[in-house]
This record gives sequence, C-alpha cells and structure tokens, in this order.
Amino acid sequence: MSWIQSFVKQAGLPRVIIGLFLLSLFVAAPFVGVSVTSSINDVLVRFGMNAVMVLAMVPMVQSGCGLNFGLPLGIIAGLLGATLSLELGVVGILGFFVAVGISIPFSIVFGYFYGQLLNRVKGDEMVIATYVGFSSVAFMNILWLVLPYRNPTMVWGFSGEGLRTTISVEGYWLSALNDFLSFQLGTHIKVPTGMFLFFAFLCFLIWAFFHTKTGTAMTAVGSNPEFARASGVNVDRSRTQSVILSTVLGGIGILVYEQSFGFIQLYNGPFYMAFPAVASILLGGASVHKATLLNVIIGTILFQGIVTMTPSVINSMIQTDMSEVIRIIATNGMILYALTRKSVVKS
Amino acid sequence: MKTTKKTSYKHFLIAYAVPIMFITLSIFTIPLSGFSPEYLIQEMIIRLARNSFLVLALLIPIIAGMGLNFGMVLGAMAGQIGLILITDWNIVGIPGMVLAMIISIPLSTFLGWIAGHILNRAKGREMVTSYILGFFVNGIYQFIVLYMMGKAIPIGNPALVLSRGYGIRNAINLEGIRQTLDNLILLKIGKVQIPVATFILISAFCLFIIWFRKTKLGQDMRAVGQDMEVAEAAGIPVNRTRIISMIISTVLAGFGQIIFLQNIGTLNTYNSHDQTGMYSIAALLIGGATVSHATIPNIFLGVVLFHLMFVTSPMAGKNLIGSAMLGEYFRLFISYGIIAISLVLYAWRRQKEKERARMDLRGNT
Amino acid sequence: MQTPNVKVMDKNAVLLRCEHISKSFYDNRVLDDINFELREGEILGLVGENGAGKSTLMKILFGMSVIAQTGGYEGTVYVGDKPVKFDSPFEALEEGIGMVHQEFSLIPGFTATENILLNREVTHHNFLVEAFGERLSTLNMPEMIERGDKALNTLGVAISPQMLIAEMPIGHKQFTEIAREVDRQNTKIIILDEPTAVLTETEADVLLSSLKKLAEKGIGIIFISHRLQEILEVADRIIVLRDGNLVKEVDAAHADVIKIAEWMVGRKMDASAFADKDVNTNPEVLLEVKNLWVDMPGETVRDVSFEVHRGEILGIGGLAGQGKIGIPNGIMGLFPAGGIVKFRDEVVPLNNPRQVLNLGMAFVSEDRRGVGLLLEETLDWNISFTAVQVKEWYVKKYLGGLIKWRDDAAIRQLTSEYIKTFDIKCLGGHQLAQELSGGNQQKVCLAKAFALKPELLFVSEPTRGIDVGAKKLVLDTIRNSNRERGMTIVMTSSELEELRSVCDRIMIVDEGRVAGILPATAPSTEFGLLMLGTGETDRREGEIHNGKVKTK
Repeated sequence: MSWIQSFVKQAGLPRVIIGLFLLSLFVAAPFVGVSVTSSINDVLVRFGMNAVMVLAMVPMVQSGCGLNFGLPLGIIAGLLGATLSLELGVVGILGFFVAVGISIPFSIVFGYFYGQLLNRVKGDEMVIATYVGFSSVAFMNILWLVLPYRNPTMVWGFSGEGLRTTISVEGYWLSALNDFLSFQLGTHIKVPTGMFLFFAFLCFLIWAFFHTKTGTAMTAVGSNPEFARASGVNVDRSRTQSVILSTVLGGIGILVYEQSFGFIQLYNGPFYMAFPAVASILLGGASVHKATLLNVIIGTILFQGIVTMTPSVINSMIQTDMSEVIRIIATNGMILYALTRKSVVKS
Repeated sequence: MKTTKKTSYKHFLIAYAVPIMFITLSIFTIPLSGFSPEYLIQEMIIRLARNSFLVLALLIPIIAGMGLNFGMVLGAMAGQIGLILITDWNIVGIPGMVLAMIISIPLSTFLGWIAGHILNRAKGREMVTSYILGFFVNGIYQFIVLYMMGKAIPIGNPALVLSRGYGIRNAINLEGIRQTLDNLILLKIGKVQIPVATFILISAFCLFIIWFRKTKLGQDMRAVGQDMEVAEAAGIPVNRTRIISMIISTVLAGFGQIIFLQNIGTLNTYNSHDQTGMYSIAALLIGGATVSHATIPNIFLGVVLFHLMFVTSPMAGKNLIGSAMLGEYFRLFISYGIIAISLVLYAWRRQKEKERARMDLRGNT
Repeated sequence: MQTPNVKVMDKNAVLLRCEHISKSFYDNRVLDDINFELREGEILGLVGENGAGKSTLMKILFGMSVIAQTGGYEGTVYVGDKPVKFDSPFEALEEGIGMVHQEFSLIPGFTATENILLNREVTHHNFLVEAFGERLSTLNMPEMIERGDKALNTLGVAISPQMLIAEMPIGHKQFTEIAREVDRQNTKIIILDEPTAVLTETEADVLLSSLKKLAEKGIGIIFISHRLQEILEVADRIIVLRDGNLVKEVDAAHADVIKIAEWMVGRKMDASAFADKDVNTNPEVLLEVKNLWVDMPGETVRDVSFEVHRGEILGIGGLAGQGKIGIPNGIMGLFPAGGIVKFRDEVVPLNNPRQVLNLGMAFVSEDRRGVGLLLEETLDWNISFTAVQVKEWYVKKYLGGLIKWRDDAAIRQLTSEYIKTFDIKCLGGHQLAQELSGGNQQKVCLAKAFALKPELLFVSEPTRGIDVGAKKLVLDTIRNSNRERGMTIVMTSSELEELRSVCDRIMIVDEGRVAGILPATAPSTEFGLLMLGTGETDRREGEIHNGKVKTK
C-alpha cells in the first residue's frame, strides 16, 4: 500500500482524482456509445494544439511573475504574424514558419514593455496581467479594423476594409504541422506527428534554456529574488527576459493552435485564451511560483482530456450538451483551487 | 510637512488625473457625436438611476481593504434568479421587485459568505481571486439556470422555458416590472424625465453607507482595511469582518442588478451579469476612486463620465471615421484600459510610497 | 538566586510576582529560575544584553502565543495573589497587563483617539443592535475624543486627539501607543519595551516624566531600555538579566552606569577556543570605509569610517538595531548606501552587488532564510549559484561563449567537497536546502561564500539560532580560513564573547556610528561601556530617524 501512498503524495491528490475520473470516462465511453478511439484522437489533437500555450506559462512562473494571465499579448503577436503571412501569401509549412518568424519580433517588443510594467507592480502581477491582456485585445480590435490589410480572403467583402472576425487558413498553412510525417493508427486515430515534434522541439529549447547560466538565474529569481540579487543577478532584467520568453511562446502557441484549428480568430477571440492555459498548468501540478515541463504535459493532457471527454460522455448519458458549463467550472475551479492553496500563499 | 501652493496644485492634478482625463475626452466626443444637450442629460439621468446602485455595492469591500470586488457578479446572478422566479410566478409591479429582492437576499448572503471565506484564504490577491470566482460561479449559475430550471426547479411559465422543455430562454421579457420603480414618481422638467423614486432609493442607501461608516462594524472594517495585523492584535475578528463586508457587497449588488434590469426591461439570462462587474468598476475608477479609497461622490461622477464616454464614442467614431464599430471597440478598450491603468498606478504608487517612507529614514551625512 | 532583598515600597501591594520562571526553546535554556516582584506605583528597570532573556520574559508576562507554541514555561506568575497562565495577550489585558511594543501597533489612517480606543469604542445604542448585534451600534465620537484627550493628558503631552497617526512625528506615535494602555480602565501594569529608542531627547524626557506620573497613580511599570541613564533616572529598582539568569536586583539609588554595565556583560571568561591569540599585525589596508551611510530598516548606519587590514579578522559588535548589521549589507550593495568604500585602493561602486562580488568580496547574510538560501532548491544550486553567476565557474561554454551551460557534474563535485569539509549533515547535494537544520543551513551559506574564493569575507551573525556544537564548528571554520588560507574576514555578531574569541580587533557600533575600536583582548567592561553609548546625549538629535515605523 505504501507505494500507492507515495505515488499519491508525489503526484498530488487532485491529479490522481482527476486522472482516475478521466480514466473512468474512457471506460464508460463505449457503454454510452462514444467511440474511444476517436476520443483519443480528439484528445491527442487538442493536446498538440494547446500545449505550446501552456508551455508559455513556464518562464514567467519560474521567474516569480506568477501565472501569465497576460497571454493574450503573446497571442496578439501571433495573430499579427498569422495575418501578415497570409497577406504575403506564403503557403504550406513555409507559410507557418514565416508567421512564426514575423510574430517573434512583435512578441519581443510587447514582452519587453509588458515586463517593464510588471517590474513596477511586483506583488500585483496577476490581476494587472489580466487587465493588460484584456485592454490589449480591445486595443487590437480597433487596429484590426483600420490596418490596411488587402488580401481579399481576410478583409470584409462588402467594404473591402477591416479584417474579418474569423479567417480561414485553408489554402495557406492549414494543418501544416499536423500533416508532417503524420500516420494513421487504426481507422480513427491520425497522429499529428509534426505538431508533436514541434512541441517537443520547443520543450527541448526551454529545457536547455533552464540549464544555462541565464536560465538558472531566472529560476533563482523566482525562488528567492533576494538571494538572486545578493548573488549579483539583475532581478528586473531576469524577470523581463522571462516575460519576453513567455510572450514569444504565447505567439507561437496560437499559431500552432490555428494551423490545426483551421481559422484565425481575431477581435475578441483571444480574450479568454489565457484561462484554459493557466488551468492546465495548475492541473499539471504547478504552483504559482514553480512549474516544470512535466507539469505542462500532464496538465494539458488531463485538462484537454476532461474538456473533451466529459461533455461527450455526459452528453450521451443525459442527452444534453453541457460542454460549455463543464469547461467553465473545470477551468475556473482549478485556478481558484491554486489561488487559495494555503501552502502557496507566501506572506 | 510643508506643502507649497505648487505642490498642492500638482497633488490635485495627480489625485484627480483620471476624472480630468475623461472630462477632457468628453469635451471632444460630445460635439463630435452630434447629440443634443437634452438627449445627453436625459441619457445621463437614466444611466445614473440605472447604474449607481451597482457601483454603490463596491464601496464596502474597498473600506475593508479587499480591493475592487470583481466578485460582485455573484450578487448580480442572485438578483437575476430572483427576477426569473417572480416572472415565472407572475408577480408584477413594486411587489414583484420587492419579492425579487427578498429572494436574492439569502442567495447573495450565501454566495457572499462563500466568497468571504475564499478571499480569506487568498489574502493579498483578493482581486484576481474574486475575479476568477466570478467566472466559477457563473458556471454554476449556468448549470442551475440552463439545466436545473424546468427540471429540478419547477418553472410553470412556458414562455420562460426553452423549447426542449427545460432551461431558461436567452432573453426574458420583464414587462411585469419594467420601469415600475422609475415610473413610480416621475418628474418632468421640460422634456427631461427624472425617476425620483429610484433616486430616493439610491440616496437612502448612500445614507446607509454614511451611517454604516459610523458604526462599530464600519470602524472595524476601516481598521481591518488599513492594517489587518494591528486590527487582529486589538481583538477585532478580522476574518469575520471581511466576510461580512463581502456579504453586504453581494446583497447590494443583487439589489443593484434588479434595479438595473427593471430599467432595461429585458433580462439576457446568460449575459446580463457578464459585464456588470467590469462596467461598475470602470465607472468607479473613472470617478477618481482607487483600489483602497472610494467615496460616494466618486460614484456619481464616475457613472456620469463613464456613460458620457460610453454614449458618445460610437457616434463620435462614426462621424469622425465613418465606423460605429470603431467607437464601440474604443469604449471597450477604455473600459478595460482604465481598470488596467488604475491597477498599475495603484500598485506603482504604493511601491513609490514605500520608497518615499524609507527616504525619510535615510541618514544624511 | 537572590530573593528580593531591597524592599522599596513595602507598604504597597504586590501587583505582579514571578516565581521560578524558566523557559527553554527546544534545548536552548533562555530563562533560568527568575524571581522578582512588582509593586503598586513602582517603576522597575529591566536591563540586559541582547539575548539575555528580556524579551522572552516579557512575552511570557504578556501571554504571547509563541511561548505556548514552543512548549510553555516553568514556574508561576501571580497577578496580585492570583496565579495566572495566559494563553493569549487578550487574557493578559483582561488581568490588567498592558504592553507597549517596540514596533508600533497603530493604524495610520486613524486619529489618535480612534487608535487609543481601537476595538474599545464608546457607542450609542440603536434599534438595529437588537436585530444584528452590538457591532451595529453607532460610535459616540464626542465622548471618544474626550476619553482620548484624557488619556493623552494623563501622560502630560499636548497631542490633538484628532490628529491622524500618519501625520504624527514618531514621538507622538509612541505616546499614542502608551495612551492606549492608560485608557484601559483596569490597567494595573504597563510593560514598555525600549520606548525611548525612537524618541528625541526632549520627547524622551517628557516620556520619563509621564511614566513617573503614571506610577504616582499606582500603576506598576516595567521599563526596558539600554539607555542606562534613563533607567537610573526613572526606575525605583533595577533588575539585570544575563544569559537567562537574574544576576542582580538593586535599588536604583545604589547603582551607577559603570556598575550596571559590569553586571550586564561581566561574565566568567571561559578559556577561549583560540587562546593562542597570535594577533595579526599586517598594517596593509585592504578595505577602507569612509563616511558610510546605509539605509537598512531597523539597522540604519549613519556615518561610519574604518579600515580593515589584510589578513585580520575584524569584529563588529553592538546592540541590536544600532547599525552593525547595516555595515556589511551596505557595502555589499543590498541596501541603499552612500559614502566612500575602497578595496585594494580601488573605489567600490555601492548599490551594485555584482560589482562588489566581482572585486573579490563575499557575504554570508544574517538573514539566512530570506537572503542566504534558495530554500526550495538543492544544495548543489545553493552552494554553486553565486560562483556560476559571478565567476562563471562550473559553466561550460559552447559556440564561442554564446551558450553558457551549467556544468552539473562539476557542481556536484564542488558540493560534495564542501559537504565533506564542513561536515554538512544531509543526504547529498540533491537535497533541498529547506530540509536541513539551522546549523547545517549556515554551513551551506558559508560554503556558498567560500566557493567564490573571496579575498575579503563578510560574515553576519554566523551563529545566530544554531546549536552549540554547530556554533563551534562554524567559528572554527571562520578562524581556520583566516589563519590558514589568509582570508580577511569582517565578522558581525551580537555576542561579544564570540567576537572576542575569534577576532583580532573589535569595532563597536552605537546609534549608527563607530563608538570605538579595541583589540579583542581589551576587558569586556570596556566593550560594554562602548555598547551602552557613554556620552550618548550629543548624538540624540539624529535619532528620530532611527525609529522603525511599522509600514505595510
């Protein structure tokens, strides 16, 4: 029995409970007429779509800037990259990487200023990040309307001006990553190899970064800023670096999401995107000031598993579509749990 | 402690920077919008009557040092459940409104009590927690209204229920109580109508707040709000006091939402409460309040300035650039932006003050 | 132990009696068989060095929860004739014991009155009280102001009861604090912990005379101060604590500053661990400090100049809060500082920790858990981190130095070396720092500093909060690294004997200034007199700044 206890202790009770719940959903699925294999396919694809945005939480959490509720800022950089790549008309996997390439300088600039701001409001990062994210989304709404984009697939047909709310990337870089080296597993499962490889590559970069001198300093800043300062680390600079890194990853994250989803969602699209990502990493066992790559992977699988499986199984059971409600309760319940955990509250 | 004229002038500018900015903004947007003064005055009076009470609900948690209560949507939801029920029971007019308020009280109290407990576990990050709590309870609200009502909670009126047999429709016509309070005593000055009864109610609650601040409980809240440790050491039950402040705020928000919706006349079951918190908070901040300090004049000034911007900017945008959408996005941006800026300024100022306090202690050689 | 043999006011009733009070924190005995009594209208002066047990004794009397949490105490406290055991300060207040703490417990946005009557407000009854309870009664402000005014008048100070705390000078805050205890109807005993530390001379005089007034009204006062002049002026009787023992109880009339100082510090000189005392005689100046000021909360340094010779161990001593800790923190750039610091004749940029580390200085902070350690990280990280960041040791460079990869293998080796040399009790370099005992954590901090191979090492309070065995090892390590490796060391400590056993010279800091520098072999009474600030009056004017106001 002791190995069970130690496993539960190591994995954390909430994760064990949610893992078991997810498992039971998969067990129950065939009995209510939900195909297990296509469910697995859904979870795999959604995992790949969302994982990079969850990964974008890691640098800021590690440097002590808290959960990145300001993810929309990175997403906006990603959207700029996406729309500009469409405007340039680059297609295929090249188009995707052009979008990534364009988004990165935007992310760096946004991240730099965002980081400077967060350095001035230490202790209140999270609530301010939320509203900085919101206001930047609202500000971009105005820009989407007035920026001189010309590509007819993107602008409103009747006026010829202003971007559409939803833009299809079909014909440009739809599934550019997903299809790379993808293979069929049975009839229902199509593994999006390219997307996984790309995510693995980013994970590797982050892993490597945290093994360098700069990354080590960043972790120490999050762990104990006073210690880091006394050891000659420039705390503010380290925090800014982490914010830039998070913002860049957020931009790349939304591009990965879009190439799989098939659409660029502008205007109010990015508004609430931070919340599922925040909930995922917390579900994966991260705290407000410590997060690992394992937290990202486990958290994304569990979270996407729950939001995919619960609606389909429960809907089939009671013949009602409750997916939205379940997603709201699961996402925010998880964040609430993390915010009120006594051990987390550093006085 | 010497303050020269110049610095006090500067202090005034800094303290009222936000309202001054919005007055300046209005000076541009009002003529650009092309609205007549009469229309704007009428519009402002309506909006004062409609929104002031909701903003009033934010005051008490600020006194208790819990910051802006983003969780006020909890009360709004309780109020809406009250409204759904009285509409179902077909109780109209003032009795209907009163009943809706009475129904909302136990719900709000319960939600406020929970919110208080949760925020006591998240001291120092009340705002982000209350914000997330709002979302979380929204999920539960949707669960109850969309899935329970008509099933576990009997709803007799078919006009309220979705065609599938349970769950409440998206929009509910509140004609039974539409503007009953506003029209109870309606004063006409020229073409401008003034809903006197609503203003009487609002004034009554302003008086309540003024009185409340002079009670022992109000005093305790101020003490808790300024320094929890000192209050605790003096024997004030800190956690309990904070919970009470959340309960009062939630109950008032419930009343506020009912007053708001009786003026609008339609309940958007799943959206009406969404923006309540944000708009109320933005209005309060525009009125010159901060995270730790808010007064009754802040409320009225804020409601007027916020809604002036709100009403005029779409038209101004249309007349200026030819796009009403632009104005609409602009006001959304302003609402979020003002909250972001206020929070940043507050956090920044606090850090600066800490530094300044340290400067006073610095040795001079 | 002596029983009270000096009966000052026999005729007066005994308010408080302590019998055989002893207290241990874990294995550390901090109070041993304390007996004394306090009579009506009497002012009892309580003196002792830091760590002598004064504050622990006061915590017991005031029922602070930390006492119960650490296993309670032995012996009995009597209030009047009634034996009491307080579980919380509220029970102490109930019995009429009031306490004025060193840190202000005032609400800045409230007026003097509101603070004096905090949670004891005068209220009006109204009908809502019936329904919702006492807390909805309204405040009776006029009467409250009257009471506040009365309490302040009792102290004989002219403070408006309607003045906001935030706008008051520090002295007024102190009076408001005392007035709060005075206002309590049942207050019989007031304990004041260093009440004059933050006051100017005139304010202190006013305070002393108000204490006398209070005593005339029959209130018993326990007055703690390190300013012996004040104690002598105001107290009827003086008790001296040293190392947890009550070493002297004396009528104030029979004491003077010199005698008290002797009682406080004069302890049995146990043979020092380093009896050799081959005093460093190298005159080469390694570090020169001129007119240094440091803005460190609670440890303000005003104006300090001194020199450190190559190869010596310089001790910095002084009472808590006088600024000795501020000196290394200021030089290392951790708190805002000004003045001139030269290292090997090179000007050291202040307020820049990186530069100071680069020059070859290192620091073991007194705040082990706050500054010294990464509690949530491994020992590997803790020991190597500064060396990795500052010296880029244990770093592998790739692509011409573009990528600086942490060399975990080299780090592990470094850690195991230090674990062996310092005998750090742990499971290995992978263990988290927070899992170690205090003594072992201190060794980790030392290892971190040693890993930088510094020319000059600052060590702050190296033995604070660690057990005797570890203490000796830590001091041995410091001494050996100096004598054998030639590392120059500046060591700060509150324990004079510790400094005397390790250092070549000792500098005493008082009120943010150098009181004097003596060879370690000088008699301890001389150090004692320096610490207690002989001729302190001429420095008083600066003190108002020295106060520590509680800010959030």
